[in-house]
Amino acid sequence: MTTLLSTPTPARKLSRGTMWSVLALSVLLSFGFFSLLVLGGASTDFNIVGAVLLAAIIYVALSFVMSRIVEGRRKATDRLATGLVTSAFVVALLPLISLVYTAVSNGLNRFDGDFFNSSMRNVVGQGGGGLHAIIGTLEITAAATLISVPIGIMTAVYLVEYGTGRLSRAITVLVDVMTGIPSIVAGLFAFALFALFFGPGIRFGIGGAVALSVLMIPVVVRSTEEMLKIVPNELREASLALGVPKWATVVKVVLPTAIGGIITGVMIAISRIIGETAPLLIICGMSTSMNYNLFSDRMATLPVFVYTQYSNQGTDTQAYLDRAWTGALVLILIVMVLNILARILSKVLAPKGTR
Amino acid sequence: MSKRIEVRDLNVFYGSFQAVADVSLTIEPKTVTAFIGPSGCGKSTFLRTLNRMHEVIPGARVEGEVLIDGENLYAPNTDPVEVRRQVGMVFQRPNPFPTMSIRDNVLAGVKLNNKKLSKSESDELVKRSLQGANLWKEVKDRLDKPGSGLSGGQQQRLCIARAIAVAPDVLLMDEPCSALDPISTLAIEDLIDELKNDYTIVIVTHNMQQASRVSDKTAFFNIDGTGLPGRLIEYGDTTTIFERPTVQATEDYISGRFG
Ligand SMILES: Nc1ncnc2c1ncn2[C@@H]1O[C@H](COP(=O)(O)OP(=O)(O)OP(=O)(O)O)[C@@H](O)[C@H]1O
Ligand SMILES: [Mg+2]
Repeated sequence: MTTLLSTPTPARKLSRGTMWSVLALSVLLSFGFFSLLVLGGASTDFNIVGAVLLAAIIYVALSFVMSRIVEGRRKATDRLATGLVTSAFVVALLPLISLVYTAVSNGLNRFDGDFFNSSMRNVVGQGGGGLHAIIGTLEITAAATLISVPIGIMTAVYLVEYGTGRLSRAITVLVDVMTGIPSIVAGLFAFALFALFFGPGIRFGIGGAVALSVLMIPVVVRSTEEMLKIVPNELREASLALGVPKWATVVKVVLPTAIGGIITGVMIAISRIIGETAPLLIICGMSTSMNYNLFSDRMATLPVFVYTQYSNQGTDTQAYLDRAWTGALVLILIVMVLNILARILSKVLAPKGTR
Repeated sequence: MSKRIEVRDLNVFYGSFQAVADVSLTIEPKTVTAFIGPSGCGKSTFLRTLNRMHEVIPGARVEGEVLIDGENLYAPNTDPVEVRRQVGMVFQRPNPFPTMSIRDNVLAGVKLNNKKLSKSESDELVKRSLQGANLWKEVKDRLDKPGSGLSGGQQQRLCIARAIAVAPDVLLMDEPCSALDPISTLAIEDLIDELKNDYTIVIVTHNMQQASRVSDKTAFFNIDGTGLPGRLIEYGDTTTIFERPTVQATEDYISGRFG
């Protein structure tokens, strides 16, 4: 002990305050530089992304050099790695923040009672709203979820609990292929399918739900499969050894143990399809009026609403653009609310233990 | 309630690999039988054939006969699910169901089989099983807490309670104490001694003292080399096996002069 402790290492250390000052200095330097660019006329806009990036680089470099001088090599390397990982995180976050900022600032213009109260029926120019599109998106997504979740979960249960040999390998390959289907192809598939039964030119909401299911099922299968695979085999054996039949073991032991992860997977699948535009454009078309019925007539959805507002701007351009942005904002909010609900649900249902 | 087990010429396979060869033995009702032997000689494999848990593993199969009170477990019309209700099992690692409370873990065998019990009946069953497993005093105030929140030794006793709650005739235990401290181990050994009054018990153990303490009969398994099947070398009264073994390999193994 004494020999270890007596090595004369000066406990010199950069304090937290110093590091914060270094950070402030880097930000100041970088933002100052980019402001000069604007003032000097070299660029017209203040480049915020560039400024943050440069600030991060200056900070990492400065803290490394200072730490190397004061604290020694091991600490300096530690600071360098920490700095790099943190700035990678910040860089990854930048587009997200910028996107949310743009959507909120542009979308707030029409984020009013009218938007949630009226459709676009007989509206040209100002006013109108997206209620018909909100209803359409909610109904079609719910229908797609109702179709995909049972099929997807049952497929995953088959693959993990029952499947052996060629059939399960074939299904796995098919699911992989399905994951890669372009969404427009899913739309065309649904369109072709329903045109067979109802004649060409068919448009209705449920067709959109079917098209979205084609995109959703593989995601549900994949995520559920992963969750089922990490349920320990010991639990299955414990249940079987109690004289519980296999199906009951799967339904009452394996699925409840994995339910938290399965819900998260379903949520990811919903987020994946709720913003799909192309397939819905084909099979649901667009409508300016309310339509609560999934089984007849064209149906508006938020992504298609945003798209048409943007692509067919009338004379009062700003009104159309505002509605488009609000539509996008509402879509983001719906996904967020669903996400939070899913989190609460999986918290409540997940196994409670000491882990 | 307890039953006699007769094994005749049993061969056990994983796919094309034969793990156990030509085992024949008879286990009397209301006795404790210990399986001992070096690692990999097929003790767990053989144990799992006694309640048809072996075939749960893909590709695994069994040749030969296991008779429980004269009925062949491997007869074509025997339902493995029915067999497992009669022959309970406790595993090496405690494995309570993480989604269930302590109470529900004990009732798992009943509930998962959709049997309906009244509140008072199930309270009674929970209490009786937990008392049987020597756990009642420790958990009676927190029956609704998750089973995975117990200590390892408590979890193992919970698993024993869960196994005896379905009232099996035979109880198989695969190294039930290998993850436990000496005190929990002693508790479980005492428990085995009590359970002997009602059940036929088979226990796999690596602990010679444990085998000599708890068992009436001992079976020594051995393996000639990797890739070869394990065989039953010697089977008899525990005192005989430990004091006057007839086979040299048995003596070497129990005296620690093995390999
Ligand atoms: N699932 C399996 N698939 C293929 N082979 C297996 C499997 N489980 C066990 N084996 C093999 O069967 C043989 C016997 O294994 P078993 O687990 O029965 O040994 P054991 O006597 O219980 O050993 P231990 O004392 O270490 O638990 C070993 O050679 C093992 O490699
Ligand atoms: Mg074993």
